[in-house]
Amino acid sequence: MADTAIPAKEPFRLSMLIYDRRYRSLTFQVIVFILVMAFGWWLVSNTVRNLEVLGKDFKFDFLSQRAGYDIPQPPIPYTADDTHLRAAVVGVLNTLIITVLGCVAATVLGVIVGVARLSNNWLFARLMTVYVEAFRNVPLLLWILVVFSVFREILPPPNAFRGEDPAASMILFDNVALTNRYTAIPTLGMTNDPGSLDLGWRVTISWAAIAFIVVLIGGWLVHKAIVKWAQATQDQTGQRPTTWWMSLIVMVLPSLLLIWYFGLHMIPPELKGFNFTGGLNISNALVALWLALTLYTAAFIAEIVRAGILAISKGQSEAAFALGISPRRTMNLVILPQALRVIVPPLISQYLNLMKNSSLAIAVGFMELKGTLGGTTLNQTGRELESILLMMGIYLILSLIISSGMNLFNARVKLKER
Amino acid sequence: MKKTIFLGTVAAATLTAGMGMADTLADVKARGELNCGVNTGLVGFAAPDANGNWTGFDIDVCKAVAAAVLGDPSKVKYVPTTGQTRFTALASGEVDVLARNSTWTFSRDTDLKLDFAGVNYYDGQGFMVSKDLGVTSAKELDGATVCIQTGTTTELNLADYFKANNMTYTPVNIDSNAEGEQQYMAGACDAYTTDASGLAATRAAFADPENHIILPEIISKEPLGPAVRHGDNNWGDIVRWTLYALIAAEEYGVTSKNIEELSKSSQNPEVQRLLGTSDDLGAMIGLDAEWAKRAILASGNYGEIFAANIGEQTPIGLARGLNAQWTQGGLMYAMPFR
Repeated sequence: MADTAIPAKEPFRLSMLIYDRRYRSLTFQVIVFILVMAFGWWLVSNTVRNLEVLGKDFKFDFLSQRAGYDIPQPPIPYTADDTHLRAAVVGVLNTLIITVLGCVAATVLGVIVGVARLSNNWLFARLMTVYVEAFRNVPLLLWILVVFSVFREILPPPNAFRGEDPAASMILFDNVALTNRYTAIPTLGMTNDPGSLDLGWRVTISWAAIAFIVVLIGGWLVHKAIVKWAQATQDQTGQRPTTWWMSLIVMVLPSLLLIWYFGLHMIPPELKGFNFTGGLNISNALVALWLALTLYTAAFIAEIVRAGILAISKGQSEAAFALGISPRRTMNLVILPQALRVIVPPLISQYLNLMKNSSLAIAVGFMELKGTLGGTTLNQTGRELESILLMMGIYLILSLIISSGMNLFNARVKLKER
Repeated sequence: MKKTIFLGTVAAATLTAGMGMADTLADVKARGELNCGVNTGLVGFAAPDANGNWTGFDIDVCKAVAAAVLGDPSKVKYVPTTGQTRFTALASGEVDVLARNSTWTFSRDTDLKLDFAGVNYYDGQGFMVSKDLGVTSAKELDGATVCIQTGTTTELNLADYFKANNMTYTPVNIDSNAEGEQQYMAGACDAYTTDASGLAATRAAFADPENHIILPEIISKEPLGPAVRHGDNNWGDIVRWTLYALIAAEEYGVTSKNIEELSKSSQNPEVQRLLGTSDDLGAMIGLDAEWAKRAILASGNYGEIFAANIGEQTPIGLARGLNAQWTQGGLMYAMPFR
């Protein structure tokens, strides 16, 4: 009769799954998990079945077929005879170009506006408030269309530049023509062209460009060494040697020599036939998209910057002022570096937004990823599901790259606790 | 909670079944309305007027099908589709029939799993330029900027044509005819290219149509016609023979004016079969005997529809040309009603 002393273990009843606190949370998680999986299974099987009913298969071989359509101003050589895959790559590159251009410009503008909103100048600060509110509260698509139609309606068509007495004339010593299609700017030509390096995939890079990059980087490294040497000399002797002329020589002279060696000169655009040729035509679609994305995202970045600055205790700037540091240097040396750790995390989201928002480019005919793979390719091949999945995958990868890069940066600027 | 799950399962099952099944006729009848995919706005072919009523050459196909199937030409829901969205709209079941300027091509017929019911307009791609440009032939367009609707056959033809003639061009990609019109009018492109009928329709809407010319070169064949999903053969038959009924009616001189009289008095056996007074053809496609009669009554026979929307008496002013009856030297040829 000894075992009667041990309290009988309460037998498990089914109702305990709901009424017993020990099991309840687990029960619900299992139910929700099953429901989610069932929904996922239903979605997939439904899609597969419906595709079967429509007689469509799920294949990506359309990517290797001839695209047959042209893309204005592709960043890498592309013709209608290339494959859909290459067209998609052109789209991705265009997306990257607009993203990089947009992020750089939006950051610069956003920081300026964010700081300006806190300015003591009442009018200036209010003007910036108006700008921020106007851009934050109107959909981006409208801004893109507005900027684009302003370009289209206000600027003259290329044939207005023709004739003895043209209705429009080029600016900057006849070097730049603003038209309602593109901005024609001069390109650089070389009398002594060293040819170009073939990177494969019909992508080439000019040897001259490589030479300039090497010389610039080398010059900068030498400049750093000179500064280091100057510092060491100063530490040893207390006398800092004058180095600015040395830096100037190593930074500028090699480039000048290269310019002379290659015979670099400008080729101004010229109106021939229907359009300007000879120079580089930067399409209004790109500029309008870039401008609209920049102005729109900068408004958000401005708010982030303002929040970051306001997060820094006023005592910091008061201490800086007490030391006699000028307001501008206080901002650059004391406030902004500390504000960065508040600013950077939300800034990552803005960069991601900008990249994703670039898919609105199709509204102005700029052929980025949504325009090529998700637009014409999808339409010509009828591979909606494959194209959309591929596009989602590419955007996801790009987003992850941007956010991990920015997270690395964040790790560098955030408050170091030692 | 049990009840919710049960209802959810039932709803899911119904949805799956509904999408899997391919009986468009039953769906349309149950809905009491025909979903017709049309152009977002191309005067003469499909465009809403000031009161929001859709009119045009393609719209009348929708009306004829609705009249044949539902007995009322007004029971149509017009779904505007762009060059980009049209086939997805059809494949996904958003529309029952696509009556839009869509070219019948091999890959669309096979790979895209569409069925073209027939051709209601034989077209070809052309170029429109402003008169002051001084261009008289498409061969002179080397280096030009060309506005082109993305996702269309015209986009591919354009690339092929310039390549074949060893010329270059800069495309300006646009999404709809309205946008193309804006760009072209602002001079953002030198030439606008699309089907010649579309160019004529677009030009007709200009304030100064006389200042724009359509170049003589026709660079492609663009047979335009209504399309349905592949796999529902009976529905395909209904749309096909509704179109043929309109064409045959013109051939036999059956018009919306004399149709009542002819259905009583005509001694022509083929007209009798067409109008359902003998041999119940309608029953063979799941409709009643007078389906074709209603279709013709909706907006007249093919010739009447052509004349009312895009013919020479309209601002669009298209000649019948290839689209005349085969008896008049054209290509319009309805298969026999027997």
